[in-house]
Amino acid sequence: MTLLEVRDLHVDFQTRDGVVKAVNGVNYSVEAGETLAVLGESGSGKSVTAQAVMGILDMPPGRIPKGEILFHGENMLTMSKEERRKIRGARIAMIFQDALSSLNPVLTVGYQLAEMFRVHQGLGRKEAKARSIELMERVKIPAAKARVNDYPHQFSGGMRQRIMIAMALALEPDLIIADEPTTALDVTVQAQVMALLADLQREYNMGLILITHDLGVVADVADKIAVMYAGRIVETAPVKELYRAPAHPYTKGLLESIPRLDRKGQELYAIQGLPPNMAKVPEGCAFHPRCPAARDICRTELPPLAEVDDARGSACHFWKETIDA
Amino acid sequence: MGRYVARRLLQMIPVFIGSTLLIFSMMYALPGDPVAALYGEKKPDPAQIAAIKHQLGMDLPLWHQYWNYLTGLFQGDFGTQIATQRPVAEVIEQAFPVTIRLTLFAFVFTVVVGVLLGMVSGLFADKAFDRIVLIFTLLLISIPSFVLGYLFQYLFAFQLDWLTPTVQDSRDIGQLMLPAIVLAALSLAYVTRLTRTSVAENLRADYIRTAIAKGLPRRRVVGVHLLRNSLIPVVTFLGTDIGALMAGAVVTEGIFNVHGVGNTIFEALNRREGSTVVGIATLIVIVYLVASLLVDLLYAVLDPRIRYD
Amino acid sequence: MTETLNVPASASTDPQPDPSGADAKPAKGRSLWTDAWQDLRRNPMFVISAVLIVLLLTMVAFPGWFTSASPTVGDLTHHYQGEPRYTHFFGEDWFGYDTQGRSVWARMVHGARASVLVGVLVTLSVTLVGGIVGLVAGYFGGWLDSVLSRITDIFQGIPFLLGAMVVLTTFTKSNLWVVIAALLFLGWTQIARVARGSVITVKQSDYVHAAKSLGASTVRIMFRHIVPNALAPVVVVATTALGGYIAAEATLSYLGIGLAAPAVSWGVDVSNGKDALRTAPHILISPAVMVSLTVLAFIMLGDAVRNALDPKSR
Repeated sequence: MTLLEVRDLHVDFQTRDGVVKAVNGVNYSVEAGETLAVLGESGSGKSVTAQAVMGILDMPPGRIPKGEILFHGENMLTMSKEERRKIRGARIAMIFQDALSSLNPVLTVGYQLAEMFRVHQGLGRKEAKARSIELMERVKIPAAKARVNDYPHQFSGGMRQRIMIAMALALEPDLIIADEPTTALDVTVQAQVMALLADLQREYNMGLILITHDLGVVADVADKIAVMYAGRIVETAPVKELYRAPAHPYTKGLLESIPRLDRKGQELYAIQGLPPNMAKVPEGCAFHPRCPAARDICRTELPPLAEVDDARGSACHFWKETIDA
Repeated sequence: MGRYVARRLLQMIPVFIGSTLLIFSMMYALPGDPVAALYGEKKPDPAQIAAIKHQLGMDLPLWHQYWNYLTGLFQGDFGTQIATQRPVAEVIEQAFPVTIRLTLFAFVFTVVVGVLLGMVSGLFADKAFDRIVLIFTLLLISIPSFVLGYLFQYLFAFQLDWLTPTVQDSRDIGQLMLPAIVLAALSLAYVTRLTRTSVAENLRADYIRTAIAKGLPRRRVVGVHLLRNSLIPVVTFLGTDIGALMAGAVVTEGIFNVHGVGNTIFEALNRREGSTVVGIATLIVIVYLVASLLVDLLYAVLDPRIRYD
Repeated sequence: MTETLNVPASASTDPQPDPSGADAKPAKGRSLWTDAWQDLRRNPMFVISAVLIVLLLTMVAFPGWFTSASPTVGDLTHHYQGEPRYTHFFGEDWFGYDTQGRSVWARMVHGARASVLVGVLVTLSVTLVGGIVGLVAGYFGGWLDSVLSRITDIFQGIPFLLGAMVVLTTFTKSNLWVVIAALLFLGWTQIARVARGSVITVKQSDYVHAAKSLGASTVRIMFRHIVPNALAPVVVVATTALGGYIAAEATLSYLGIGLAAPAVSWGVDVSNGKDALRTAPHILISPAVMVSLTVLAFIMLGDAVRNALDPKSR
């Protein structure tokens, strides 16, 4: 059975300027041991989708008018609050972007780690602490025993993110959602943390949803990619194929804007324009104002996610031309 | 930690000297001659006055008088009331416990009710309860305590006949209730607002999202993760507030006829009885300084990010 | 909403955390102040307080529009503690007579002057003094900052009300200016602290570094860059404090060491009414309501201003 399947998910927010439709019919799935990268600019709905899966959306003002989130085939949206709480942290865990602000500043990291065992497994203080030290060792934090009583601000950025990973890993969940896990880190540390995450995923055969805006991070670790734009998935494909021949002009633009050694000396490409204002999403294809290949139909008609092949989809009227170009 | 306390104590010295010197010199500048006033209508003998002044050290220059006062303080000598020849320390000894009881009552009331109201309205920000609490705090802040005192007296003592209008026995907690609540009103409003703001703000903090994502029960998210972070600014306020509560007792004790420090200092001011005023004011300054030191230490316990160096 | 308490209904739903790209950036040319004004106008709390304050200011300027009775001349034989006639709108006996046979309504109207004058003048002078101290301490730093901060600490160590009482007793005869001076003497520290903190924050910002590296003079940096950008928190604290000063004046007058006859002050009237509280409560309650309403108006103004100016509450 599929580990996680998101079906036709819609998320709205009530704001003072009216209803903002942040997510409009997103579909994706993750299998055990698989890594799905969800790619998009800020405001594309990638984090909101993840928060809906996690069950940590602020509702209200958030609302899920439509859709299903199936975990092991069970729709989590119809579960009771208590059932969902027991899944959270224990079976689906999340890693946040900024570990410094995401860890409680006034509690020791040991306490925050031990909390997972104490709440979900009812372990005693001592035992939970011992398990926390083990966890810290597993994510390769040096001198774990000595540092278990330190506070988050006493760790370096990379070490803090390791603690976040340890916390997510504590109860060996089936699925981990990592929301921009390395964005706040130095480049050298980024690679280490990503490698650690990938190792642990393989070791425990977990599903991983990696949310990022950085195509460079994705290439090495992801199995498949979903590209989001203005609350919709615009392209979905196995990672190699997407890099080889993107089927959506937005993806293509993203790929071309990665600095590459073989294009040294040339001007770096940048997608023109700005991400759309979600309160006023353009008619037709939301990407058309920024698309170099836009035609009349793009201004009026919303392209559906068309099947390119068994494993691929593209929401572009002219995906064939894009893929061949 | 020890060094931190030592440094803070050292920092307190100039503030203590400055504050007391300020009050001392204002009292020195008081119009009228308290020694001459001893003689009432009689024409005093200038030589006799000079002799008394000399005996009391009142013929010395200001700085010298202040020095004598300061050295006296360290031996527990708060000066002498000129009119009655009573040591001020004795007056304080009698009045201080009453005010301590009153202030403590008000303080506990402020903390318990204020934090509770603030927590709940912060958790339900912008809901009906929150709005009602907002209006309630607005009223508490707007009604000066002397007005509130008489309103309560009129309502609860004269109209409803629930309580005695004035305090007969200051050891009776029931009788102290009304003055304590009046004294606490303003601080209560501030603590409520501060807690509410802090809770509502922290509720949106990333670490709260993490706590929820960890699958913790709501009790735990609020009680462990939210509460401690939210109380940090409240504790800071409470520390500086103790001095203000004691000073506020001047009004409250007057209305409810409580024979505490506030009433004593007010009577002393009316009689231009400088030594009593300076003595009590010094005591309140000490209370204020000690309270703010304690708050600093508590702050460091609550927030591990504070460094001692 | 975060920082502040009274949130206008219109502003209560926050834009959500994630569709952050969706939040429209404010249009160009809108400054903090024009934004704040837009916010204020839509805040019912501000509207109510503005109406009350305008009414009060009219009372201060033209008491004759509200009553023709004298606040100081009473007729003991006819009006001793006379009952209020709540249907006699704007009449001499609308709120009855006090223990000296004076019209309570006339005293309510004429009492506005002292309250508003003290509130406004103390706030202005405190902002000026505290602002300058804070600016100098924050901008120059070093030993100057240490000295000024210690002086601020010393004044802060004396409880406000107690200190004001002591200052006022040193004067044989108290009047409006003495009360203002006493409140200024002890009140400036709060503004000084806020201003200092605000100046230090602004001083560290990039545009000040830029101005410095371009060789702008100290005076120019201070008044062109620092003061305008450090002003908002000071304005917030000053407006909020205004109501407090009005309450302080009333309290001191009530205690008999603030304003005294022939000045008309609500605090004095409350004090006069306290002995007749059981038999003629209107004498105390009427001025008490006036003080409270006045303080309320300014506190609400302060709250609204803070909501509008505090970037954290956006």
